[in-house]
Amino acid sequence: MNDRGKIIAGLAIFIAIVTLPFWFNMGKAAPVPDPKLTAKAKAAKECVESTAYMRAEHMQLLDVWRDTVVRDAKRVYVTEKGKEYMMSLSNTCLDCHSNKTEFCDRCHDYASARPYCWDCHIDNPKGEN
Amino acid sequence: MDSSRRTFLKIAGVAAVTGWGARPVLDSFASSGGHGEAVEPEAKKTGEALIGKHWGMVVDTTQIESIDDLEPIFEACHKLHNVPVLKNKRHRIMWIWEDEYEHVFPGQESPYMVERLHKTPLPVLCNHCENPPCVRACPTKATFKRESDGIVMMDFHRCIGCRFCMAACPFGARSFNFRDPRPFIEEINREFPTRMKGVVEKCNFCAERLAVGKMPACVEASNGILTFGDLGDPESEVRELLREHFTIRRKQELGTEPSVYYIV
Repeated sequence: MNDRGKIIAGLAIFIAIVTLPFWFNMGKAAPVPDPKLTAKAKAAKECVESTAYMRAEHMQLLDVWRDTVVRDAKRVYVTEKGKEYMMSLSNTCLDCHSNKTEFCDRCHDYASARPYCWDCHIDNPKGEN
Repeated sequence: MDSSRRTFLKIAGVAAVTGWGARPVLDSFASSGGHGEAVEPEAKKTGEALIGKHWGMVVDTTQIESIDDLEPIFEACHKLHNVPVLKNKRHRIMWIWEDEYEHVFPGQESPYMVERLHKTPLPVLCNHCENPPCVRACPTKATFKRESDGIVMMDFHRCIGCRFCMAACPFGARSFNFRDPRPFIEEINREFPTRMKGVVEKCNFCAERLAVGKMPACVEASNGILTFGDLGDPESEVRELLREHFTIRRKQELGTEPSVYYIV
């Protein structure tokens, strides 16, 4: 057991290297995003479904929407409460949430999610900015 | 440890029983993901949607004097659907365009046929075949025939850009986006999506307009040259035209059963 010093030093260096990313980023955590609602979205009070559901599952909802519209030719979504919406990302979602940079992008950037919706769908359908 | 056949069998038996007993617990863990369970959507068609069993089109070539009669048709379609204008001929994207009789109906020309057909430009577009070879070729089902009304559609979300459909289509009705089309769209229609680099596109018989009760844009702009309607309804306008006039279809010998008819 003459190499005790070497082994312990080696272990210490190994742990230091492995945990380096944590030390490196300590105290630099990005603030939790705060998506901004437009006046129109605020006035509507509720989205297509409840806020909690939309926050967690909007991607699933949009995925179902795109299949239903394109493949089943059904374009009207009926909510549990019986309200009807046209299933359209640009013309329905972005009608209220017309501030993509302050709404969609804030969380997507934080979560490092890069949806490619906007490669085709128009991101400001009213042409405001 | 002293191992014998007896102790081995004992351990194996106990392990099998407990393992079997633990299954429901494991199953319930596996199923309670919570995430990714989308609600079954309650969806329906728009109230004003035009419903047809088999959409089709009749082109009355006798009404075409020159290319000037067709330009407004092409413009209406391409503006509405954000079709880019690309200078490079090999990159060009077209949903509806013109060609001469010899190319539209190869094998059906003759040196002494009616003179009008030698010089009249004919509009060509996706034929929305009843037996579409592009749909068979597509490996992702990105292009599919809508069973409800026979329109051959593109689902750009699924298209991987392999271009098998372009090779399969005998009418050259499909175009590939070799470049990002956005910078080449002259005036963007904000109500309709654009496409991205790497997908194939073609005419969709204005499915988005039929859904809100409107006729296809080309038909509206055509001044009577194009007639659109339900081939499955014997009382429809297109069937009426087909009954009264002699019509031909493109490359009928291939058996794709086009839904676009030409009065010649």
